[in-house]
Amino acid sequence: MNFDFSEDQKFLAGEARKFLEAESAIPVVREVLNDDDKAYSEALWKKIAEMGWLGTAIPEEQGGLGLGMLEMCVLAEEMGRVLAPVPFSSTAYYLTEAVKLAGSDEVKNDILPRIVAGEIIGCYAASEGPGHPDPASLKTTFDGSTVSGTKIPVTDGGIATHAVVLAKEGSGASLVLVDLSGAGVTRKTLSTLDPTRGHAELTFDKTPGIRLGAAGDGASLNDQLMDKVAVLLAFEQLGGASRALEMAKAYSLERYAFGRPIAGNQAIKHKLAEMYVKNEVARSNCFYGAWALSTDAPEMPEAAAAARVAASEAFWYASKENIQTHGGMGFTWEVDCHLYYRRAKLLAVQAGGPKVWKEKLVRALEQKNAA
Amino acid sequence: MDFNDTPEEAAFRAEARAFLEKHLKPKGSAPASRDRVNMLEKAKAWQKTKAENKFAQITWPEEWGGRGGTAMQNVIWGQEESKFDAPTGPFAIGLGMCVPTVIAFGSDEHKKRYVQKALMGEEIWCQLFSEPSAGSDVAGLKTRAVKDGDEWVINGQKVWTSGAHYSDFGILLVRTDPKVPKHKGLTMFIVNMKQPGVEVRPIHQASGGREFNEVYFTDVRIPDSDRLGDVGAGWKVALVTLMNERLAVGGSPGPDWAEIMEYARDHGTLSDQAFREKLADWYVAAQGYKLTKFRTQTALSRGQTPGPENSIGKIITANHLQDICNSAIEMQDHYGIINETDRMPADAIFQQSFMWAPGLRIAGGTDEILKNIIAERVLGLPQDVRVDKDLPFDQMKSG
Repeated sequence: MNFDFSEDQKFLAGEARKFLEAESAIPVVREVLNDDDKAYSEALWKKIAEMGWLGTAIPEEQGGLGLGMLEMCVLAEEMGRVLAPVPFSSTAYYLTEAVKLAGSDEVKNDILPRIVAGEIIGCYAASEGPGHPDPASLKTTFDGSTVSGTKIPVTDGGIATHAVVLAKEGSGASLVLVDLSGAGVTRKTLSTLDPTRGHAELTFDKTPGIRLGAAGDGASLNDQLMDKVAVLLAFEQLGGASRALEMAKAYSLERYAFGRPIAGNQAIKHKLAEMYVKNEVARSNCFYGAWALSTDAPEMPEAAAAARVAASEAFWYASKENIQTHGGMGFTWEVDCHLYYRRAKLLAVQAGGPKVWKEKLVRALEQKNAA
Repeated sequence: MDFNDTPEEAAFRAEARAFLEKHLKPKGSAPASRDRVNMLEKAKAWQKTKAENKFAQITWPEEWGGRGGTAMQNVIWGQEESKFDAPTGPFAIGLGMCVPTVIAFGSDEHKKRYVQKALMGEEIWCQLFSEPSAGSDVAGLKTRAVKDGDEWVINGQKVWTSGAHYSDFGILLVRTDPKVPKHKGLTMFIVNMKQPGVEVRPIHQASGGREFNEVYFTDVRIPDSDRLGDVGAGWKVALVTLMNERLAVGGSPGPDWAEIMEYARDHGTLSDQAFREKLADWYVAAQGYKLTKFRTQTALSRGQTPGPENSIGKIITANHLQDICNSAIEMQDHYGIINETDRMPADAIFQQSFMWAPGLRIAGGTDEILKNIIAERVLGLPQDVRVDKDLPFDQMKSG
C-alpha cells in the first residue's frame, strides 16, 4: 500500500508553503481585493513563473520541469491554502491540460514553452449564462477558423492572453484555442463574489481560433479536461478548507467568553471536529483523484467527481462555520474569513457545481455497473 | 502512488491466503449459520488452528505465541481473513483488549496461567467497564470492591458486556476508594466469570435481539493476587486496554451505496434526481472512509506512525448506515415498514440495519464523545468543564 505522496512530493509541498506564506500573504490577496482595477497580483505571478511552477507538468522538451500530476496536486493544495490571487488554475490547469490533451505538436511547441516562461495567461471560456453549459446547445460558434459569441463569466478573462473556448461547430461542439490579441475580442470586467480573482465577459466577433482536436470532439475533450481540472481544483479546495479549520481553531482558542476560551464549548468543539471529518473525507478522495489523474486510470471519472464533491462540501462547510466561529469579528471586512467564504463559492461552481459532479459521479457508477 | 503490496507484503499475503484457503470457505459460498452454540465451538477450533500456525496474534511477540509481525502484516491478515467465513467474534475483545492488558500489567504467574490458553482458544475473555450510570463517563462507575484480608469483595452491576455469557474470565474495573476523586479510586482485576455471585443476564435490545449482557456481582470474592496494577491505578490500566482496540480493517457494518443503488435500479427509482444526489454523497462518504484506511495502512507499510485521520471512522460509518437504511425504507414507501426477511428485498437488510444503526452510533464511543476526542486529541482544543474533577467520588452527583 502506497497511498500517499512521496517524500520528494512532501518536500515540494513544504517548500511551496514557505514560498507562498512569504510571497502570497494575505496583504497580497487584499491588494487585489481592494483594487477594482487589479485582477491579479502581477508581482506574485512573476515569482511563480520564476519558480518554474507553471511548467510542473509540462514535458522537458517543451521547457517544463517534466514532473507529473502528483506534483501539480501538491502545488494546487498550497495555492488554495493562501488564496493565491493569480491565474494559476486558468493557465496551469485549464490551458496547459487542454493543449496537452488535444493540441497538435505545433500548438504544443508554440504554447507550452511560453506558459513555462510566464508569457502566457490562460482562461477557460465555456459558460454562456445561468446553468452548466451543455455542449449540445451552445450559442458561441466556431466555423473552422473563427469564433463568434459571448462567454460569461470567464475567470481571468480580463487578463488572459489565450482562451480555450467551448464552441458549437456544425452539429457538434469543438474546443478552440483563441489568441485574445486577435481581432474582434471585447472584454468587459465583471464584479463577482470573489474579487480576489478577476472575471470578465468575453465577446468574440469572427475572432481567429485553432481547433484543439477534431471537429465535434469538443464534448468528449471537455469531459476529459474537466475531470483533470476537477482533481486540481479539489486540491485547492482542500487547501482552503484546511486553512479555514486552522483559523477557526486559532480564534476559538484565543477568544474568551463567559470566562474561558470558546474552544472549550462542545458546540464549537463538535463544529470543528465535523470540519476535520469533512476535510479528511475530502483529503482521502482527493488522493484517489490524484492517483487516477497521475496514472490515467479507468476509474478517473468517478475518482475526479468524488474528489470534487467531497472537497466542495468540505470547503463550503469549513468556510461558513469559520465565520460562525469568529462571531461578529468574522463578519468584518478586516478579518479574513470572508475571503475563504468567497473563494469556496468560486471554486465550488467553477468547472461545474456540486449538482453537476454528483450527476457525473452517479453516471460513472452506472456505467461501471453496466460494464 | 499505488495500491500494491511491497514484495514482502505480497509474500505474507500469499502465505496467509494459502493458509486460509486450506482451512476455511470463502465468504458467501455457504449461507451464514445462525447456530450460536455451534458457532462458539467453531470459533474455538479456528482460534486453535490459527495459534498453532502462528496466525493468531500477528503483532504479539513470539514469546507469547504471536508471530512477531508488523502492524501492516496485521492489516493484511485482517483483510484476508475477512474474505472467509472465519468465526472470530468471540475472541476479538479478549485477545484484542483484555489479554494485552494482562500482558502489560499482570504478574509472571498471570501470564503463564492465562495468555497461552486464551491464544489457543481454550478460554474466552470479556471486558467489564461500562455501568448503567457510567457510559461515556466510565470513570464514574460505582461497582465497589472492599478489601477483606487477602481478598476483595465485589458488589455492583456492569452493562453492555459482549460475550459475558460464554466468557471464562473478564477484566473488571471497580471502585476501591470512594473518598478520592473518581479517576483516582479505581482498580483493575481479573475476574473468574464462572464463580458464584456472578450473574449474567441478556439485555433485550431496542433492535429486538439479545447480543449483549448485564453482569451482576453479588459478594464476589477476588484474591488480591488477581489485581492488575496498583490499587487506585485502575484508570491508567483501563487506558491501556482501550488503546489496544484493534485497528479497524473491516468494511462498513451493513448495506452501503452499492446495495441501495442496486435496489433503486431494480425498483425504478434510480432516475430520481434527489436520490441520485444522495447516492453520490454516500459514495463519497464510503470512499472517504475506505481510502482513509488506505492512508493509515500506507503509514504502517512505510514503518511510520499513522496520523490521527483514522479517528473519523465510526462517526462516518454509523451515521452513513442510518441514513442509507432510512432512505431505502422511505423509497419502499408503506411497504418499507415490513420487516420479514423472506418477503423483503435483500433479506430485509435495510430494515434490520435500520434498527442496529442507533446502537452503532453509541457503542464504542458515542458520536459526541468521538467528536470530543477529535476536538481534544487531534485539534488540541480544551477539555470540557469537569465539575467533578477534584471532588471526592462520594460527594459527586450521579444519576
